[in-house]
Amino acid sequence: MVKKRVIPCLDVAGGRVVKGVNFENLREMGEPVDLATRYSELGADELVFLDITATLEGRGPTLEMIGRAADELTIPFTAGGGVTGVEDARSLLLAGADKVAINRAAFDDPAILEALAAEFGSQAVVCAIDARAGEVVTHAGREPRGREAVDWAREAVDRGAGEILLTSIDADGTRTGYDLELTRRVAEAVEVPVIASGGAGEARHLAEAFEVGAEAALVASIVHERPERLPELKAELREAGWPIRS
Amino acid sequence: MSDTGGRLPRARRLTVAIADYGAGNLRSLSSALVRAGAEPEVTTDPAIVREAPLALIAGVGHVESAAAGLARHGLDVALRERVASGRPVAGICVGLQLLFEESEEGGRGLGLLGGPVKRVRAPRVPHMGWNMLTTTRPSELLADVDGEDVYFAHSYAAEPTDPDLVVASVDHGGPIVAAIETEHVAGVQFHPERSGAAGGRVLANLLRWSRSA
Repeated sequence: MVKKRVIPCLDVAGGRVVKGVNFENLREMGEPVDLATRYSELGADELVFLDITATLEGRGPTLEMIGRAADELTIPFTAGGGVTGVEDARSLLLAGADKVAINRAAFDDPAILEALAAEFGSQAVVCAIDARAGEVVTHAGREPRGREAVDWAREAVDRGAGEILLTSIDADGTRTGYDLELTRRVAEAVEVPVIASGGAGEARHLAEAFEVGAEAALVASIVHERPERLPELKAELREAGWPIRS
Repeated sequence: MSDTGGRLPRARRLTVAIADYGAGNLRSLSSALVRAGAEPEVTTDPAIVREAPLALIAGVGHVESAAAGLARHGLDVALRERVASGRPVAGICVGLQLLFEESEEGGRGLGLLGGPVKRVRAPRVPHMGWNMLTTTRPSELLADVDGEDVYFAHSYAAEPTDPDLVVASVDHGGPIVAAIETEHVAGVQFHPERSGAAGGRVLANLLRWSRSA
């Protein structure tokens, strides 16, 4: 049986890991590859690097960081943030990312997902969906797009996404738990793995996300604050009977 | 070597030719091979792919585009010649699928081994994440990794005509071929370069296998 994954997410801005609440009030939390290596040693099943300023600052520093991560890590990682199309995705994958997460550009032009899947295979294509009250939002949560997240997830998978990274913008950084209702609806609507994101505060929240069908759970602020929390979370989940890699 | 002080000279690193058919991420595999003691060379040169002590087919994507990429550089011919003359070839992920024949995804592999490649039938596809290896017979490739979790990321899997090729399986909606080994051909469906310490052992085993293959 495939294990449930616990995935630390590193939001990167200007070469540093940052974390805010509801995508605002960013605080600095360290050097990305150092932190990533630390998480890998502590049992992270996978990692996500999201370049939250990519569209503003250009990609050079990110690609350099992705290359170092590829050399140093022995677990898989996804790169994303500001991916505008196939060429951005290609450069991240060639730099060494195992998967690429694409968000707004896919929503604006869903055919990008088909192009990516055709070239790199669905397993390398993560469609990131940010949602508020079940509706797709973009531009770091500022723009509601008038479409049900469940409906968009279904189309994204039909077009070739191999995984859905589902973030509840309202819950992000609040540590009050994932949006379980939305996670359940998306997990039931698609065949591919769904990664629950936004709101993790304790092991119970991850277990609840697994219970409603998520294959993986993203964690950020709780582990950035104290990385040793990661193995504790995994141990608590294992104790509760969830299939968790030791 | 001059800088080894009083220690014994180190054995030469095994050159591993990684067939580059343009499907991207070979960097993490190269780094992992260096850690395992090899000297990887990512190449489109059929002569290098034919003659290196070990040739690897890796990468991601579709069997069809991968096969086309190999053929574009004449690497398919080089790989067949290797196997015909008894030199070791190994495949990773799509590379393992490429060793076989017809794929349900479209396209055809190299046909070095008999059997089709079929879509994984499970509630969740792709089969994505860490899953436990169950060895089905002793092998060099998977020495000391029985029961370990390794990382999978695929929607298709090989179904060898000869079940004796299989050295490990994994359970995802039923048994899936996780690794195969013959005298000169080996393959893993998972990503050893992304499978932590257990993956490192598989790569070291692969180098050892290739020296004796």
